[in-house]
This record gives sequence, structure tokens and C-alpha cells, in this order.
Amino acid sequence: MNDQPFFRIDWVIDNLDQIAGRVGEHLVMTGIAIGVGLLISFCLALLIRRVRPLYGPTIAITGALYSIPSLALFALLIPITGLSLLTAEIALVSYTLLILVRNIVAALDGVPAEVLDAADGMGFGALERLWRVELPIALPVIVAGIRIATVTTIGLVTVTSLIGLGGLGYLIVNTGINRFFATSIYTGVALSVALAVLADVGLERLQRWLTPWARAGQA
Amino acid sequence: MEFLGEVAAWFADPASWEGRNSIPLRLWEHVSLSVTALAMGMLIALPIGLAIGHSGRGARAAVAITNIGRAIPSLGWLGMVLPITLVLFERGGLGFLPALIALVALAIPPIVTNTYAGLREVDRELIDAARGMGMRESRILAAVEVPIALPVILAGIRSSAVQVVATATLAAVVAGGTLGDFILQGIFVRDLPRVFGAALMVAALALATEGLFALLQRLTTSPGLRAGEVGRAS
Repeated sequence: MNDQPFFRIDWVIDNLDQIAGRVGEHLVMTGIAIGVGLLISFCLALLIRRVRPLYGPTIAITGALYSIPSLALFALLIPITGLSLLTAEIALVSYTLLILVRNIVAALDGVPAEVLDAADGMGFGALERLWRVELPIALPVIVAGIRIATVTTIGLVTVTSLIGLGGLGYLIVNTGINRFFATSIYTGVALSVALAVLADVGLERLQRWLTPWARAGQA
Repeated sequence: MEFLGEVAAWFADPASWEGRNSIPLRLWEHVSLSVTALAMGMLIALPIGLAIGHSGRGARAAVAITNIGRAIPSLGWLGMVLPITLVLFERGGLGFLPALIALVALAIPPIVTNTYAGLREVDRELIDAARGMGMRESRILAAVEVPIALPVILAGIRSSAVQVVATATLAAVVAGGTLGDFILQGIFVRDLPRVFGAALMVAALALATEGLFALLQRLTTSPGLRAGEVGRAS
């Protein structure tokens, strides 16, 4: 490492294909985790709205899952699901649940009762009320949760390289740390941070675009 | 079930308990690295958080520290530190040192954020009253602000501690030893009972850390605050 420049931009240029591929893998793994996590969390949140006593235990269980270190959770799953994408995704999805369930429940709870009464009075069915009234009002808080979950997941996906998967962690560990090659390490970390920032800003924009009425009220 | 028997056999094997690759040694590496990193992180982060929180100046810096802490992956910290310590210390730059530096960097943001947020949440009227009673600024901080903000500050230390214990597992990638070493070795040589056994210990360690700090938080909350719930500020 001492005989060469600290950061070799020529390596980055020569390996743009590989780097772009790793970014793609990273995005796919993150997307699956957030998508599946959102689906499960949404079902759990709706269930909790019906059966309140489930809230405490759900938060306790997802909280415990959240505090298990990522490499350990991968490792606990390896005997069952092997060194596979499934192993990674089960763990990554588990980590999104605490944040998403908490935020979705809080978001739906935040819908004013008068609004619900009005919707009922207008003859909305339960599903239509949820889709056309509750969800739009709850959206900003839900998206806030999705943003935190996404940024967290993008960071955690780097760890999947330790169980033989790709993503930007491959640049950090396999072609980086394991070969004492700084350029690859810094490329991986920088791109991971860039993805996190872009996802955060992008989701915020998306939420503003989806809720134009909220914009009017804000200074 | 047969597999769990193999895991138990790994724990029961006397060879797992002695030598340079033993459970007690790896556990000691894990705990000592985590405790040192958390202590150093607190030493750096608490004064910064207290200064920003008390004066109200530098709030932008606090927000920036929080965001940086959130965006850089924990594995990224380890990766970024390694080339620098290798250049500075050559062989000594591998192992404990880069792991420690990365973990300290990781421990700082949650403590700064929560300390700052905890102090800001203190009712301004209480501080004015303290000032009116003739308390000096340092006394206001120690006798009024910190006791009230303590649950929030401890919540920050708790997040840091859990994150440090978790990331100490990853220190194995920079030859830092720790229980993570069993996991990486085990994956490499396909010794799944070892992988699973070590993962159980790491998970137990993380949950124990979480539990310990939850208890500490409860014990140190001033009785006057206990009526209202105080959550994490991050």
C-alpha cells in the first residue's frame, strides 16, 4: 500500500463496469428489504389498529431483533437458509420492522377522528377510507419512517459481503480490506454514503410531490 | 436438532476454551474493545454535547455530526480507518487499533445528538430560575440541566453501546479478533456449528448491553421526571 498513490483514480476508471454492477446489486438488495419490510409492517400495523394489545409485544419483539448485530443475525440464519440472498433479506427485513411498524401506527393514529367520522358519513367503506383518506393524511409520517429505514438498510447491506454476497460491501471488504487496497475501500464507502443521501433526499421529494396540500400550509 | 447438538459440542469441546483461538480470549477481545471504545467515545462526545446543548451554539454542527453518523455504514468506518493506520503504523495499524478508532468514531454521534437534544428540552424557565437564584453557569449545567436531561443522555449512550458491541463483531475483518472472528473463520472453513455458536454469544452480548443500559436509565431517572415518559431523542 505504501508504494502506490493512496487513491488510484485510474483503478476507478478501469473498473467502472464492476463498480456500477455493485451499485446495482446494492440497490436491489435494499429495494427488496424495504419493499418486503413495508408490506409486512403495513399488515402488522393494520392488525395492531384492530387489536391494540398486540402493539407492546410487537414492538418488544421487533426491538429485540433490531438490537441483534447484523453479522450475528446472518450467522444464525446460515444453518437454515445458507449463504444466500434469502439469508441476507430475512435479516435486512427484520431490521426495518421496528422503525416502520412504529411509524405507520403513529401515522394512522395521527389521523383526526373528525376526518374519519366525515369519511364514514360520506359512506366510505373501510378499505376506501383507508386508501383515500387515512393513507394520504398519514403519508408524511410513514415516509419519514421509510427514509430512516432506507438509510439504515443501505448501510447494513454492506455487511452482506461477509456472507459472500455482492453490493458495495464487496468493494469495501473483498477487493478492499482483504487486499489492503484503499482505493476500493473508499470507493465503496463513498458510494454507500452517496446512495444513502440520495435515497433520503429522493424520498423526501417524493413525499412532497405526493402531498401537495401539505405544502400549501407550510411557510 | 442434530445441528444444535453440534453447536453444544463446540461449546463443550475443551479445545474451544484454551489457546490463541479460544472462546474466553475472543470474548475478552470483544468486551475490552467495546468498553474501551465506548469510554473514549463518551470522553469526546459528552463535552461536545454539553457545550452545544448548554450554549445553544453550534446546533448546526450537532445536526451535521448526527447525519454523518447515520449515513456512514459501520463497516465503512472500519474500512476507512484501516488504510490510514496502515500507512501511519505499518503492522501495528492492523487489528485492535483501527477497530478501536472506528468504534470510537461510531460511538460519538448518538451521544452528541442526545446530549444536545436532552439539554435543549430542559424548560427555559427552570434555567432562568436557577440563574435568578445566583447559580453559576457550571452549577446550572451540573445541578439543573444534566439531571433533567439524564434519561435522554443515557438513551444516547445506550444506542452507542449497542452499536459498538454490534460493530465489534465486524472488527474481525481488520484482524481485530472478537467473537466475529469465529463467525468469519467458520464461514470460511464451513464450520457452521462454530458460526452459530459465536452468533448466539454475540446476540446475547448485544441484548445484555441493551438490558443493562435500560436498567441504568431507569435507576438514574430523577423521581420528579418519572411521571412522564421520556424517550429517545434521535
